[in-house]
Amino acid sequence: MSDRPARNAIEVRSVSKIFGSGEARFAALDRVSVEIRENEFFTLLGPSGCGKTTLLRLIAGFDFPSEGEIFLHGEDIAPLPPFKRPVNTVFQSYALFPHMTVAENIGFGLEMLGKPRAEIEARVAQMLKLVRMEQLAGRRTSQISGGQQQRVALARALAPQPKVLLLDEPLSALDFKLRKEMQIELKRLQHETGITFIFVTHDQEEALTMSDRIAVMSAGKILQVGTPWDIYDKPAERFVADFIGETNFLTGTVDGIANGVGRARLGSGIEIPATIAEGFAPNGAATIIVRPEHARAVKSGGHLAGTVETIVYFGTDTHIHVRLDQGDVFTVRQQNSRSQSCGFEIGDRAGIEIAADGAQVLRD
Amino acid sequence: MATAAETAKHAEQEQVRRRWLLSTPALIIIFVAAIGPLFVMLAYSFMAKGDYGDVKFGTFSLDGWTSVLFQRDIFDDTLGLADAHLSILWRSLRLSFYTTVLTLIFGFPTAYFISTRPPHTREIWVFLVTIPFWTNLLIRTFAMQQVIRNEGLVNTALIWLGIIERPLQIMHTDVAILLGMVYVYLPLMVLPLYASMEKLDFRLVEAGYDLYASRLQVLWRIIIPLVKPGIIAGSILVFIPSLGAYVIPRILGGGKNMMLGNLIELQFGSGRNWPLGAAISITLMAMVMVALLVYVRNATRSGAGHG
Amino acid sequence: MARRPFDIRAQPGFGFIALITFFALYLPIAALVAYSFNAAESLSHWEGLSLRWFVSAWQNTAVQDAAIRSLMLAVWAAALATIAATMAALATTRTAPYRGLTFKYAFINQPLMVPEIVTAVALLIVFSRIKVWTGYSGMGYLILAHTAFCIPFAYLPIRARLESMDLTLERAAADLYATPWKAFRHVTLPLLRPAIIAGFMLAFVISLDDVVITEFVKSGGQDTLPTYMLGQLRRETSPEINAIATVFLALSVLLVTVFFFVNRRKP
Repeated sequence: MSDRPARNAIEVRSVSKIFGSGEARFAALDRVSVEIRENEFFTLLGPSGCGKTTLLRLIAGFDFPSEGEIFLHGEDIAPLPPFKRPVNTVFQSYALFPHMTVAENIGFGLEMLGKPRAEIEARVAQMLKLVRMEQLAGRRTSQISGGQQQRVALARALAPQPKVLLLDEPLSALDFKLRKEMQIELKRLQHETGITFIFVTHDQEEALTMSDRIAVMSAGKILQVGTPWDIYDKPAERFVADFIGETNFLTGTVDGIANGVGRARLGSGIEIPATIAEGFAPNGAATIIVRPEHARAVKSGGHLAGTVETIVYFGTDTHIHVRLDQGDVFTVRQQNSRSQSCGFEIGDRAGIEIAADGAQVLRD
Repeated sequence: MATAAETAKHAEQEQVRRRWLLSTPALIIIFVAAIGPLFVMLAYSFMAKGDYGDVKFGTFSLDGWTSVLFQRDIFDDTLGLADAHLSILWRSLRLSFYTTVLTLIFGFPTAYFISTRPPHTREIWVFLVTIPFWTNLLIRTFAMQQVIRNEGLVNTALIWLGIIERPLQIMHTDVAILLGMVYVYLPLMVLPLYASMEKLDFRLVEAGYDLYASRLQVLWRIIIPLVKPGIIAGSILVFIPSLGAYVIPRILGGGKNMMLGNLIELQFGSGRNWPLGAAISITLMAMVMVALLVYVRNATRSGAGHG
Repeated sequence: MARRPFDIRAQPGFGFIALITFFALYLPIAALVAYSFNAAESLSHWEGLSLRWFVSAWQNTAVQDAAIRSLMLAVWAAALATIAATMAALATTRTAPYRGLTFKYAFINQPLMVPEIVTAVALLIVFSRIKVWTGYSGMGYLILAHTAFCIPFAYLPIRARLESMDLTLERAAADLYATPWKAFRHVTLPLLRPAIIAGFMLAFVISLDDVVITEFVKSGGQDTLPTYMLGQLRRETSPEINAIATVFLALSVLLVTVFFFVNRRKP
């Protein structure tokens, strides 16, 4: 046992997971460390193959790390088999037992823990109520809809009152409308139960809307951990900026850094203020990013200049792609109004004005 | 406390151990009562025959193998071809080939017919093929005998119709064996053919007609190439047991029209030549293995082609 | 005039050949069953309906003996084969390929690949010597031989079921505090039950039907129903054999029908 404060529900300490050996050696996780706080809705976000599901499986106990430790409330659980961990999982495919009823599924964990029958029944009833499935308790799991199966999977995993709930892309099998409903439902459940949720997804929008904090993963590493706002507005690395939302990448030089802010000199020679990612080392060229909604196309002036190449109408807004004189394409997103067009035609000269707090300098 | 890496290694070793423990009973039973005896038989084929059956244990002799194809002349002790054995080998190969072709001729349209039925009735047709498949081979052979024997269904009907006056002697001929084998092994052709036809994508047939193919051309250029794996599987499934047939020729062929299976039995019975019997058995097994190898090579190649 | 629409699935003559095939499949069986109700003393002519041959078969002690022996042998062989096959299937499915896996497949399916007559004489060679050495000539040999060739048949449906079964169900059980044994007992086994029943029934029918291997392995006085019938067929046959065959046939059809419906019922 360790004496560290129990504020962290899960603490992953330099965990690696290696598959195969020799030529076929592949590190699914490469010395990953992360701390997940109690009562937090924490999301592991990344493309498929980034290691997010592997990390979840290590926490659940379906696999063991090749190196490193995983603490649950200060206790190293990495060597424990899954049935000895107070952690439950909602599986991507739900994995409901087809030979049991809804109620039997929900009570399974408590039954395995050897709880008295009366306690199991009371808890199952409570869970059914929590996920609003009271009337379907006696149904077979094959006789209920996908959304209902999802609720049963949640109730089943919550019934034994785990310290941490793991959710492996649980919404990916649902259609758009149901997914939106379940996102709200999940937030409500997390709020009501006060259990730490670790949520795995490749859907950036889902991650941004649901999470307290997000860890962005790529190629077996965690690149950045932060609130949705941090991740979107202050990405530290190119991958994070590129994976989440749309981004314009510019190159320039940076000087005058103080308190995380500096001056970025763009290719056009104009200087603009920019926030600087943590760990940035000024050595020559720097990558500066600007989100399309943080810039404006103007008839004259602006920080950059170019020619309008394409105009794409999106209903709520219009995307104007401007070919800069330096050669790159810069995208600007402009809110539409009912009475006016965007004011540009293909081939027009245009200037680009970047909002005063619109620029961020990346670490790499 | 063990580290996670040690636990992982331990769990893996445990899994390897459990896998072998779980498979051991099946492997031992099959080794003792199926594979092991084949090796003993191989050894027996190289021993001298005993005077009253069995072998002279521990002796070495190639007589068993030479007498598969040759026989020693009683008078001048020279080796000549064993005509009887050769004709039995030839009959086995010929009848097995005919059986395969005939079951294919009847089985292909039948499987196609079943696979083009509506889904709910399809199951019933498959069931109708499955019933004879699971009916005792001896009973089905016996049933065929009821049809072709001198006072059987065919002869009675033909005489009643006035087409013939005296019953046709079908029993105890090669034709009887052939009819029996076609009858008994037909389900073995239909079922794998059906399995591959069921997966046939009829949009490809539509595409064929759309590109001006006639019915025959669609059959020949689209359907048959697509279900080729089923044709090969069915042919192998029919050819192999035909080659090793024992009960059918024994009942329908009478004593004289032997196939390899009966020749083997003869050596272990009244022939009292166990080394020869063992040698013929191994020859038969080798022929089956060759057929299987051809099948496996074909199956993997067509699998790769379509994959 | 209405023309029949073009049916892309139709092939000329195929339906006709199929119907001939089905007719041919059932005609001999029908003839066999019909003759079992023949009142005549021999199969050569028809003298009207009668159940006398069923009665005569029922009262024939040799038939009774053989039938009981057949059933006992099939129950033992099918039970042992199903247990061995279930264990083997658990060890050979749902795993990444490991060393020895192909070897196990080949081993388990071996009895399917060798002609029965070859296995039969090989067993004759080995068992006849063991019988001399040990002096034991009981049913053990038949049970062992039958178990061996029943294993691949019992293995077939069990393996198929396991392979279509998601490992995540067992993972979910483990996640919900089930130890490996409890997960097997409460999740794997109940889900596998239909396949185990199917495997047992397949093995049972296969054992019940066997003639060749039994004929060569049995000791004196160990006739099963099929070997008894084979022996009788050598002589001039009386409709009693038809009666036995008809009952046997009815039993097989019953088993296959049950099997068909057990398998069709989706869990």
